[in-house]
Amino acid sequence: MGYALDFGWLNGAIGMIASGAAMTIFLIAVTTVAGVILSIFGAAAKRSRYPILRKAVGAYVELIRNTPFLVQLFFIFFGLPRFGIRLDPVVAAMLAMTLNMTAYTTEIVGSGLDAVPKGQREAAAALGLPTWLVFIKIVLPQALKVIFPALTSQIIIMMLESSVVSQIAVRELTYEADMLQARTFRAFETYFIVTLVYLGMSIGLRRLLFAGGRRAIAGGMA
Amino acid sequence: MIEFTFWDIVRNLLLAARWTVLLSIVAFAGGAIAGVAILLMRISKRRWLRRAAEYYIGLFQGTPLLMQLFLLFFGLPLLGFRIEAWTAAVLGLTLCASAYLAEIWRGGVQSLPSGQWDAGSSLGLHYVAQLRLIILPQAFAITRAPTVGFLVQLIKSTALTSIIGFEELVRTSNAINNATFEPFTVYGLVALIYFVLCYPLTRYTKILELRTARQH
Repeated sequence: MGYALDFGWLNGAIGMIASGAAMTIFLIAVTTVAGVILSIFGAAAKRSRYPILRKAVGAYVELIRNTPFLVQLFFIFFGLPRFGIRLDPVVAAMLAMTLNMTAYTTEIVGSGLDAVPKGQREAAAALGLPTWLVFIKIVLPQALKVIFPALTSQIIIMMLESSVVSQIAVRELTYEADMLQARTFRAFETYFIVTLVYLGMSIGLRRLLFAGGRRAIAGGMA
Repeated sequence: MIEFTFWDIVRNLLLAARWTVLLSIVAFAGGAIAGVAILLMRISKRRWLRRAAEYYIGLFQGTPLLMQLFLLFFGLPLLGFRIEAWTAAVLGLTLCASAYLAEIWRGGVQSLPSGQWDAGSSLGLHYVAQLRLIILPQAFAITRAPTVGFLVQLIKSTALTSIIGFEELVRTSNAINNATFEPFTVYGLVALIYFVLCYPLTRYTKILELRTARQH
């Protein structure tokens, strides 16, 4: 007995898939912005004069990098309410994703900052720029240029990993797929289509980041 | 109503962790074997083989592992295979691991100077012997750090198999949590167990990285 694949349900499902994809894109956009900003602080703290600060950031990075994202998510969503911190699923997902992302990007951003020659900083200081301006105008753009490919990969990995936040009922792409297959009883076809959507999103995101990044960085980020 | 003491929770989690470890080992071994096959295709002289391997790697690196697991879990029965969560978990992680490992090792092969191949052929070695005696041993040696790093990633990935119903650490912890209503303790302990599994490997990766850096 053969099984005939049926994609007839797809017509009525495009809206759900699109809104799920939009949620996934929203989550990864928030995570990327928050993660990159936080990891600049994280990288700075890891290079600070205070051993406690260095150790704390180091411990955080190791803790996140050596445990599964799914467990971190469950810990935040199910574990924190015990201390009266009750989070909306979307907020919990954003928090878990940002904490996870930051642990990886702290290392990436840090290596980028290390790669900027010391003379750049000294030259800018000699021109009379204040320290914060030296950082924003001179050091950061050069560091971003170095780490751009690694950062892009990490953003895509995080986007793919965000599929597990469906487990706490965030209505993103995977969650919508779960709902759809429960309604259509066409599990394989549903996940097949959604997998293709993810593939398209990761290819598109890579293209977009590289195109946007090249323009922004080549023209001088600052 | 069964009362769970703290030690009951710990004992049950540790028993479940055996499945996480077993799944990681089987998937890593299977992934390594399949990964070598993909690697050979990826560095083959035939263009279509290279292309096929490239698409294979791109497919697994460009889609969520959770979707890959779902597709196997729901797709294989359509082809007439009776499939359990364990089979889908092993198969999914093995295929995914093969793509990542092939890509890591390809980096190793391509970082070797072409003189290594030339030297091999000047000794009269044919292609397979060049690969077996000269190229692959060096490529594996250079990429030992990222390979161990990937093992850490794989161990963490096994958590996703809980979603398709495989009884490993996370799925057991969900059940215990439902019985005890102690999510903070339960998931905290689960995180600790994963950390104990992964951290030594991460440290080992760092040591390997330093060793490789010193050699160059």
